[in-house]
Amino acid sequence: MKETKEYTLYNDTVMDHFLNPRNMGDVQEADGVGEVGAAACGDIMKISLKIRDGKIEDARFKTFGCGSAIASSSMATELIKGRTLEEAKNFSNQEVVDALGGLPPVKIHCSVLAEEALKAAIEDYEAKQAKPVAA
Amino acid sequence: MEKRAVYLDHQTTTPVLEEALQAMIPYFREAYGSPSSLHRYGLQVREGLKEAKEKLAALINAESWEDLIITSGGTESSNLAIKGFADANHRKGNHLVVSAIEHPSVMNSIEYLTKHGFEVTYVPVDSVGRINPEDVRAAITDKTILVCVHLVNHDIGTIQPVKEIGKITAEKGIVLYCDALAAAGWMPIDVRDLGVQLLSFSPHRFYGPKGIGVLYRNRKARVTSHIHGGVQEGGRRAGTENVPAIIGAGVAAEVAVKEMAQRVEHVAMLQKRLYDGLWKHITYIKLNGPEPGPLRICNTLNLSTEFIEGEGQLLLLDYQGIAVASGSSCVSKSLKVSHVLSAIHLDHALAQGNIIMSLGKDNTVEDVDYVIETFQKIVDKLRNMSPMWKEFEEGVIDSVVTPTGKGKSFTQHAADISGKPVH
Repeated sequence: MKETKEYTLYNDTVMDHFLNPRNMGDVQEADGVGEVGAAACGDIMKISLKIRDGKIEDARFKTFGCGSAIASSSMATELIKGRTLEEAKNFSNQEVVDALGGLPPVKIHCSVLAEEALKAAIEDYEAKQAKPVAA
Repeated sequence: MEKRAVYLDHQTTTPVLEEALQAMIPYFREAYGSPSSLHRYGLQVREGLKEAKEKLAALINAESWEDLIITSGGTESSNLAIKGFADANHRKGNHLVVSAIEHPSVMNSIEYLTKHGFEVTYVPVDSVGRINPEDVRAAITDKTILVCVHLVNHDIGTIQPVKEIGKITAEKGIVLYCDALAAAGWMPIDVRDLGVQLLSFSPHRFYGPKGIGVLYRNRKARVTSHIHGGVQEGGRRAGTENVPAIIGAGVAAEVAVKEMAQRVEHVAMLQKRLYDGLWKHITYIKLNGPEPGPLRICNTLNLSTEFIEGEGQLLLLDYQGIAVASGSSCVSKSLKVSHVLSAIHLDHALAQGNIIMSLGKDNTVEDVDYVIETFQKIVDKLRNMSPMWKEFEEGVIDSVVTPTGKGKSFTQHAADISGKPVH
């Protein structure tokens, strides 16, 4: 038995991303914003993107949710920065799970939410591109 | 501020009292006989068991120690009370009346019976989780054999009008089972005054060891055994007794009786200080269950902090050395909000931000002040991270606790963006 304080609910990587989230906040004058909710648990995740020359230059998140939801959004934004839109469209939640060193089975949906938020932000960007800006 | 270790989950379990532990030790290696044995080793243990049961009986003012059945825990006690009573009395009727916010061991025992020919009426509760005795009366039919109402709710701390319900069941000649899991050791209990025929509790909730539970059962309530084997516990619960745990539980009960007044006074003082401090410093926060006072158990606060989720609060508190519980869906293995919070019709947004803090006799004023200061920082950190907080500030969604009249409800917003209604 280790000392009480040495036990954590999630692994060290998840705990690090939960306690010290990367890219937390909103991208100023974002090119695309995606906000999605999980019907299963009620968590909400928002990802905003800055896109330049077909690449994700900046990505930020805000999350209403549990530790693994916060860690998943932190990790997802870390992973997608610098990727092309085409690459980002193929982004899978499994990449988040792997990079976090695994999530408990009941928490896998948190990583799915991160994937959905990213894809919603890209869709938002593309919808804005398709629509001519009102003069 | 220096980090402290503050355990605020006493409604889940407590550490064993030093005097209880010391009393248990001889029963592992010196007095290790089985009370069923006829030799001196058995007789030696029998004496200790009887004394321990007398102390447990005194905690609830039972007529006799022989009215107690010792089980493996609170869960087995409620299973035995409900299934054992239903089995023994099914010829008299097949209808059960139960409050909507009972402990899972009660809810799931009842649900099991509904698959075996029993019918059940769930009695609703009001917004602070209190049962109206007249609703119990109205639910009783000529087929009713058992009414189940807990003394204190395990999640939100509401004290139920069990005595008033006991008058109704006595009038109708129906047996009343009371689960006193969240009450025993934290408020005086008198089975005769309450008018209950069955009552269960679990000593590890008041500084006794885990692994034993108690079911009080008086002569008016016949129960059929569900653990079959030898003739222990008067033939109602087979299996060699967990002697050291029963001895420890007896000591915990004896100390609880002796120190009840000062324990309740100390813990109630801390509860009030915690409540006042949190509500003074944190906005958009709601108490679930009654205000500290005569309708709430002295040791627990159940609160919902708006725009943030409960598991995140729990983890950040844990990181700062503070141990709490939560009824948020993210904390449950089934991803469902606590059925108690659903029964009081707590808004989805508030159910998600739920935290349960339960105090103990060894907590101090310094502990409480540390929790108040730490919790403020945690709420700020999580709100800063939450899209809901900014959307509230921008008037996109409204507060449930203190509505501004601007924006849609969180629940509506969550349903809009997830494409389906939540919960």
